[in-house]
Amino acid sequence: MLLWQVGVSLSPGTLIPGPLAVARGIGELAVKGLLVRYVVASLFRVTWGYLGALIIAIPLGIALGLSRRGEMALNPILQLLRPISPLAWIPIAILWFGVGDVSAMFLIFLASLLPLTVTALHAVHNIDAVHLSAGLNFGLSRPQLVRSVIVPAILPQLIVGMRIALGIAWLVVVAAEMIAVNSGLGFLIVDARNAGNRYDLVVAGMVLIGVVGVGLDFLMRRLERLDSVRWGYADA
Amino acid sequence: MKVQFRNINMSFGGTDVLHEVSLDIREGELVCILGPSGCGKSTLLNIVGGFLKPTSGTVAIDGEPVTGPDPRRIFVFQERGVFPWLTVEGNIGFGLHRLSDSGKRARIAHYVQLVGLRGFEQSYPRELSGGMKQRLEVARALAVDPDVLYLDEPFGALDSITRLQMRRELLRIWQAEKKTILFVTHDIEESVQLADRIVVMSTRPAHIQRIVEVDIPHPRDLSAPRYIAVRDSIFAEIGLAHQV
Repeated sequence: MLLWQVGVSLSPGTLIPGPLAVARGIGELAVKGLLVRYVVASLFRVTWGYLGALIIAIPLGIALGLSRRGEMALNPILQLLRPISPLAWIPIAILWFGVGDVSAMFLIFLASLLPLTVTALHAVHNIDAVHLSAGLNFGLSRPQLVRSVIVPAILPQLIVGMRIALGIAWLVVVAAEMIAVNSGLGFLIVDARNAGNRYDLVVAGMVLIGVVGVGLDFLMRRLERLDSVRWGYADA
Repeated sequence: MKVQFRNINMSFGGTDVLHEVSLDIREGELVCILGPSGCGKSTLLNIVGGFLKPTSGTVAIDGEPVTGPDPRRIFVFQERGVFPWLTVEGNIGFGLHRLSDSGKRARIAHYVQLVGLRGFEQSYPRELSGGMKQRLEVARALAVDPDVLYLDEPFGALDSITRLQMRRELLRIWQAEKKTILFVTHDIEESVQLADRIVVMSTRPAHIQRIVEVDIPHPRDLSAPRYIAVRDSIFAEIGLAHQV
């Protein structure tokens, strides 16, 4: 912080605003009520896009993990889609859903969907065969086996995948908001620059994105402390 | 006869693993299947457990052919079989989904007591020692009241002191619960300490080389001449001089 402030005051011109200016910027946003509104707007989009992805990806990943034929059919498509940045979908999102919340949520949904599906699929492959055999031995039906053995067995790996996917979702929401909507932290950054080069507010937006991102990651890490998943991590 | 193997042959990708194995097991008997590592004795146990289909031959239990795993016959893996995401209570209650809550609780309490895990009901497997996990898996199997137990080198991963204790525990439980037990091991001493009959398997492709009756009452004295005589006859059968 100190280095940042000193560096800024020594440098000629305005390369980047100093921490004091940024702090004042955050204060200004808070006073106007924009701080809470924008953070909530971004979180709202992430929540719905991400939840939608969870609801589709986890059953899909499990089903593909259990069905060799399904996996052979769909896995090449998944692998092909994976290296495509979610941002490449922006034009298509706008074409399908117009400029607005739904487009942003769709991008987040897409961005989280693939990593979550692939994580669930691999996690099913990694289940200890002994646990599946034991489940079958106790006379479980297919749905009972999924609920009582497969889901708890993949949960530790799944939580790691969920953490990574949420990180990606948070990266993507900022980008989506720069294009598709008029609220949120991504919008704040573009808007602050367009409306009179308020770089103090640009950096304030960046700081807020970082803080919220760390907060989200912290919450996901709490899941890894649950008693029923701690066995899956080396430090347990 | 409780369990009947008839002319079991098994090959994996052209390699013959089991050759013409036929064997009858009486109700309530403790039979050890003894053979060198990799001889195919685990394969035999997986066939009777319903996890593998033999290339040819049949297995019948109570006259019914085995077509798949069945909760009336429980397979006990090495301690790896316990579910790490469930507590001791959760593991023992795993197979009891058809019981009422109170029936379930009573059953769990009984088996927690039987295998000496009182005070660990809420512990997770990662908090237990190897021997405790092994007892937990035996308790989980017994809780569903199966008539047959399949044990696949269950004490192989334990230290030698714990292993002796576990054998004593198993005999105590076997006598209290009157189960038929098929016990796969590569440990000659272990088989002579436990079994009513020892089925000595050859090297691959495995067939039954000899069946040894062990008519020594429990508890067995490990220094008695009869115990030593049986043990040495098996060492001789397998072609090992009993010297290190």
